[in-house]
Amino acid sequence: MLRISLDRLIAIALLLPSLVAVGIFVYGFIGWTAYVSLSNWNTFVPDLSFAGLTNYLALMRSFRFQADLRNTLIFTFTFLAASLGIGLLLAVLLDQRVRGEAVFRNIFLFPMAISFIVTGVTWQWLLNPSTGVNLLFDQVGLGFLKSRWYTDPSIAIFSVVLAAVWQMSGFTMAMYLAGLRGVPDELLEAARVDGATEWQVYRYVILPLLHPVTLSAVIVLGHISLKIFDLVYAMTGSGPAFSTDVPGVFMFETTFRGNRFAEGAAISMIMLLLVAILIVPYLWYTMRTEAGP
Amino acid sequence: MRSLEAPAVQRVARGHRMRLRWGRIVIYIVLVAFALFYLMPVYVLVVNGLKSFQEVSLSKMWAPPSALSLRSFEKAFDKLSPNFLNSVSLVVPATLFSSFLGSLNGYILAKWKFRGSEVLFPLLLFGMFIPYQSILIPLVQFLRWAGQYLPVQLYGTITGLVLVHIVYGIPITTLIFRNYYASIPNDLVEAARMDGAGFFGVYRHVILPLSAPAFVVVVIWQFTSIWNEFLFAVTITSNPAQQPITVALQNLAGSQIVEWNVQMAGALLAALPTLLVYILLGRYFLRGLLAGALRG
Repeated sequence: MLRISLDRLIAIALLLPSLVAVGIFVYGFIGWTAYVSLSNWNTFVPDLSFAGLTNYLALMRSFRFQADLRNTLIFTFTFLAASLGIGLLLAVLLDQRVRGEAVFRNIFLFPMAISFIVTGVTWQWLLNPSTGVNLLFDQVGLGFLKSRWYTDPSIAIFSVVLAAVWQMSGFTMAMYLAGLRGVPDELLEAARVDGATEWQVYRYVILPLLHPVTLSAVIVLGHISLKIFDLVYAMTGSGPAFSTDVPGVFMFETTFRGNRFAEGAAISMIMLLLVAILIVPYLWYTMRTEAGP
Repeated sequence: MRSLEAPAVQRVARGHRMRLRWGRIVIYIVLVAFALFYLMPVYVLVVNGLKSFQEVSLSKMWAPPSALSLRSFEKAFDKLSPNFLNSVSLVVPATLFSSFLGSLNGYILAKWKFRGSEVLFPLLLFGMFIPYQSILIPLVQFLRWAGQYLPVQLYGTITGLVLVHIVYGIPITTLIFRNYYASIPNDLVEAARMDGAGFFGVYRHVILPLSAPAFVVVVIWQFTSIWNEFLFAVTITSNPAQQPITVALQNLAGSQIVEWNVQMAGALLAALPTLLVYILLGRYFLRGLLAGALRG
């Protein structure tokens, strides 16, 4: 079509400010951060002279950053596994014609509406070894379950995982429930007519149909946990021997408390890389399927 | 947008095999146990927030108050109310403006496709997944710099935060509106154009009247995420008088001199607006969550 209509011009002109804004504030700023990460700007005074990979190499050798990467991986895997498992369990149970389903659903999901800061502040008290959950265990005769929680470096990170699961597992529940409700009835009836037990119906008919839901949940929860900051910052900070430290906290303190901008930029570029490894294939796949017929 | 309500027929069919009484009992036990787990923190916040200062003790965290006292809430309110108001003046304009912008973008990307628009969309979406740490240093530099040439300061102010949330809200708001508008039949748009409606006419008379559900979802989504946001708030506003409530709560909790029951009352105060939205409009809240995660 040679003649470009006026309406089409208006459309593009009105979309342009958003595109330019995202172009600058997302892509331009990422480029600038990458540039800063290769510079010597590690004092309060900007110094953008080229430093090569110095900041990255320093990070790789740093005990704290090694702990951060380890913690991020442990956090992401346990958080994902627990959220997916609990979410699927609750969704399947709620799908059994349960009385008061809406009430349960709302109770499971409300933590999603709350700030990670509120969650962090609250769970910091709940998992305080001298009170909170430990006290409750004592009072109901489950004293053997008592733990030092986030004051014990070997398990501290799991205390944060617990708080994160509390906040986000309702989300996977809701996604799985929506998925279960989307399974066509004919399929289930056919399987039952063929003599499948209820367990087999779930195992061989329903669960395979939920794979796309699992994928979406992994993308959403995965990118949140790879860049987690607020929850850790409010609940435990770096923890004993950096046992709950994550790149987000390290970056914030290095950059805005320590004025080591180039090093902070390098940390954030590695965070971006971690998230991109998860997200880019997903976006690529989405784009391919959308552009198709 | 999907619904979680199962048709009655389907419920009966699904429940059929699970009639065994002991099976039902186990299901309810597990559900109630999880419900207690999710409610436990709320119980602690409410119970300790309502105790008098004499009664508050770490060794009695689970005991209900013997007499109700609102002193903790009063004290928390004293400390946090300016920041609560900051959050309100941040959330209202940022939510309204970014919802409108998302609606416009979504309309264009769904109904005025042009060559390359299918490629632009994922590039736009990438912006909602990035760790904001990776744009934070240039952002602070930019806000400091731009403030020199504008009548208002951007760095360190709520105005700056409003701008930041509008810009970084573009991807998610555009996504939700685009997916919603894609479900409006093109025939409707074509018919309006036959009648002589142009770009704005179609938006005004066809798209906008059908947009209410999408607006509700986006407004709730933006309200909740901006109210709860912390990273931008703590980096951009260093002056306590300008800080939103999440930052103020974090400072309150980090302070050694503030009693822990006041911290709990403060946490409840900070959570209240989004909790209210959730309680009143939970259905739409859920749709927002799912719209961001599930396609179509």
